[in-house]
Amino acid sequence: MASIFTLALAPVHQDYLLEARQMQALSFAVHIPLVCFGVAFPAMLMFVEWLYLRTGDELYRVLAKRWTKIMVALFAVGVITGTILSFEMGLLWPNFMATFGSVFGLGFAVEGFSFFIEAIFIGIYVYGWDRLSPRAHFASGIPIVISGFTGSLMVISVNAWMNHPTGFRLSGGEAVDVHPVAALFGNSYLWHEMIHMYVAAYIVVGFLVAGAYAFGRLRGRWGRYERTALAIPLTIAALAAPVQVLIGDWNGREVADAQPTKLAAIEGLPDTSRGAPLHLLGWYTDDQVKYGVAIPKLLSLLAFHDPNATVQGLDAVPENDRPPVNVVRVAFQTMVGIGTLLAMIGAVFLLVRVRRKRLPRSTWFYRALVIAGPLSVVALICGWVTTEVGRQPWVVYDVMRTSEAVTGAGGIPVGYATLALVYLGVGIGVAWILRRLARAPLELPPTTLEPPAGG
Amino acid sequence: MHLYDLPLLFSLIGLVLYTVLAGADFGAGLWQLFSGKGSRGVRIRDHAHNSMAAVWEANHVWLIFVLTVVWTAYPEAFGAIASTLSIPLFIAAVGIIFRGAAYALRAGSSTARESRTIDTVTAVASIITPFALGAAVGGIASGRVPVGNAAGDLVTSWLNPTSILIGVLAVVTAAYLAAVYLAADAVRLGKSDLARAFRVRALGTGVVAGAIALGGLAVLHADVPSLYHGLVSGDGLVALVVSILAGVATLGLVWVGRYEPARYSAAAAVAAIIAGWALAQRPTFLPGLTIQQAAAPDDTLIAIVVAVVVGAAILFPSLGLLFRLVLGGRLDYAESTPTSTRPRRAVLSASAPGLLARSAGACFIAGLGFLTAADAGWAHAIGIASLFAFIVLGFLAVAPSELASAGTEDGEPIQ
Repeated sequence: MASIFTLALAPVHQDYLLEARQMQALSFAVHIPLVCFGVAFPAMLMFVEWLYLRTGDELYRVLAKRWTKIMVALFAVGVITGTILSFEMGLLWPNFMATFGSVFGLGFAVEGFSFFIEAIFIGIYVYGWDRLSPRAHFASGIPIVISGFTGSLMVISVNAWMNHPTGFRLSGGEAVDVHPVAALFGNSYLWHEMIHMYVAAYIVVGFLVAGAYAFGRLRGRWGRYERTALAIPLTIAALAAPVQVLIGDWNGREVADAQPTKLAAIEGLPDTSRGAPLHLLGWYTDDQVKYGVAIPKLLSLLAFHDPNATVQGLDAVPENDRPPVNVVRVAFQTMVGIGTLLAMIGAVFLLVRVRRKRLPRSTWFYRALVIAGPLSVVALICGWVTTEVGRQPWVVYDVMRTSEAVTGAGGIPVGYATLALVYLGVGIGVAWILRRLARAPLELPPTTLEPPAGG
Repeated sequence: MHLYDLPLLFSLIGLVLYTVLAGADFGAGLWQLFSGKGSRGVRIRDHAHNSMAAVWEANHVWLIFVLTVVWTAYPEAFGAIASTLSIPLFIAAVGIIFRGAAYALRAGSSTARESRTIDTVTAVASIITPFALGAAVGGIASGRVPVGNAAGDLVTSWLNPTSILIGVLAVVTAAYLAAVYLAADAVRLGKSDLARAFRVRALGTGVVAGAIALGGLAVLHADVPSLYHGLVSGDGLVALVVSILAGVATLGLVWVGRYEPARYSAAAAVAAIIAGWALAQRPTFLPGLTIQQAAAPDDTLIAIVVAVVVGAAILFPSLGLLFRLVLGGRLDYAESTPTSTRPRRAVLSASAPGLLARSAGACFIAGLGFLTAADAGWAHAIGIASLFAFIVLGFLAVAPSELASAGTEDGEPIQ
């Protein structure tokens, strides 16, 4: 297909487009769980520190300091994996940058400042323990929580723009009439994506941290320290997981509006139809979902709040403008399935809390928590696969193809293999450091082993 | 100075700060490799690590700053640079991974052998990264990056006399800056033996860096005559002379043990030489592409300039706070005892958990109505606010810390 991008860098043929996409996907998949810790963990940590300031109970101080060590290790890895992503923007997709950097680049520039504030105050917070006054130390954590929000807002604003491009006009392959502020922050696609991701961060961190202490409980470690360390993240995740079901449904309706082809791929809907059914499970082949459970009219109802609404199918666009259906569909169904399971775990916890006024006692509950952490990461990645693969073959939806964005430089397989090996090493290193931190003996003063009077 | 020059000026300031701040971080990594054996070697390595640990992340963000400003304000040039120089940039990226991972891992290492292994990885990464980035700069400065998607030679664009010169100079400068900073930190901590060790290293690498920089003029003369002539005439010459004077002044200050002012004169020497490069090369950005031609539309330039100015108004006070705490020794790694001995209080004063729980429930139902049933944008906003209120009120109602305090395995339920 002839390109419309003639005046920017000329697109080139790239034999390894798929490898370039996989390399980018790998880098995202490694970085995004770490982002969750940058966004959500500081808030949990600061709540524990606030408990210490409020009650003077040493237990909370010990817990907050332990979590600080985990935070700083994961933040360091997040810094480097994030740096890699910003390199890859240019290394893998120079034509995307060259053509549209003027439209969306601002989002990353502002994100850079957010990242600065986060890095500066993490330095102060981490090394300020026991050196700054307790109040000053607590205050130094607040900018970390705020910049975690603003940073992800900026990155998501770029992703929202890629999915729903506005704020420019194309003339001879160049972006003209560029209004970057409107493109990024006046974009109707920004908020549902942002809130979905922000809540996901709290769910992922909540279940992962709670899962670690649930694992400890199965091994017999179950003092007040461990119960506290489990209950705080678990409470947040348990409340956020049901909320995420509603937010996810909202996201689905926005996608139905603005990216009907993506919705058709998510649901495996071959033809535009009225009163479209929803298929659970199954596999898309020969223009239909096989082996799935069809629920009549549910897709129309969910997407447009009308059981007889018309839903656009894959046939509305030529075959080479469609994303790979099964990748998108399986990722979506996995995300929804896991999300439902997490919401149920959260509901069980809340119900036991309301009815019995205690933590759950069933060993099965804690076994479920142990797997809920990794599952929540799987759901997170699947969500991003849904939105990113679902946007294909476009890098900028309906404007620029991924194949037009890719670099003309050779050696992508070499870079991909190198990065995969390096990330494998980083993964082993992170596992090693987390185990090491978990095994360090607790330095609890003896008095804190009992609940404080009146506490 | 035009509007289209401003973002480039910001990028160059960012590049100077990256070189003098993160450069010192790489240099500290390098000194961990050449620390010598025995307990003194361990002390040198620990000092090099501890001095940088609180600030390295912030220092590295300057590179992100440079990248984002260039790709926003000069997208076409950025695309050309990133594709033609993909190999050195990828090598630098991998080096940065190892450098950062070493910081994460060193927090958990407990034996000298583990630390040593991690420090060696750090050191290798600390040599490779500045070299690769310097080589990439050399490719741009020597006009080897044409406009286009990977239009230049993928190898000779960064393996050429100018690139190798700037790459080596970057490594030596990093080592030099680090030695000056680490000597200053050692004086502050009262570790005179470490101060002496880094003074010797600073003087040695300072002389080497100066020699390479001056000898490099001959390389430039042969390889990129236009850049050479820009550097030895007009504004470029002023910058070159300032750089030489600042470099000599730094050596003198280190010689007499005045490390704090030496920090700033060393930084000035680096800033001057980067300014000289920019002055010598302007108005050309890449061959056949001037800064004006490379610049994004005015709306984007205005947006990025406003963003940088507003961002700087928040950033510099924050950075000032960090460096004041670090240089004032407030974050030093001496153990001290916690100061708070406040009386114990209940987490929340007697509240009504039932009321909180019911309010949370009401918020959830409101969220369901406004976000899920309603279609208008304003309704969705109310719905999201209600759901966030549900999470906050629900958290207070669950009161996880009290739940954990009272709900022992076989204990009685709370309340």
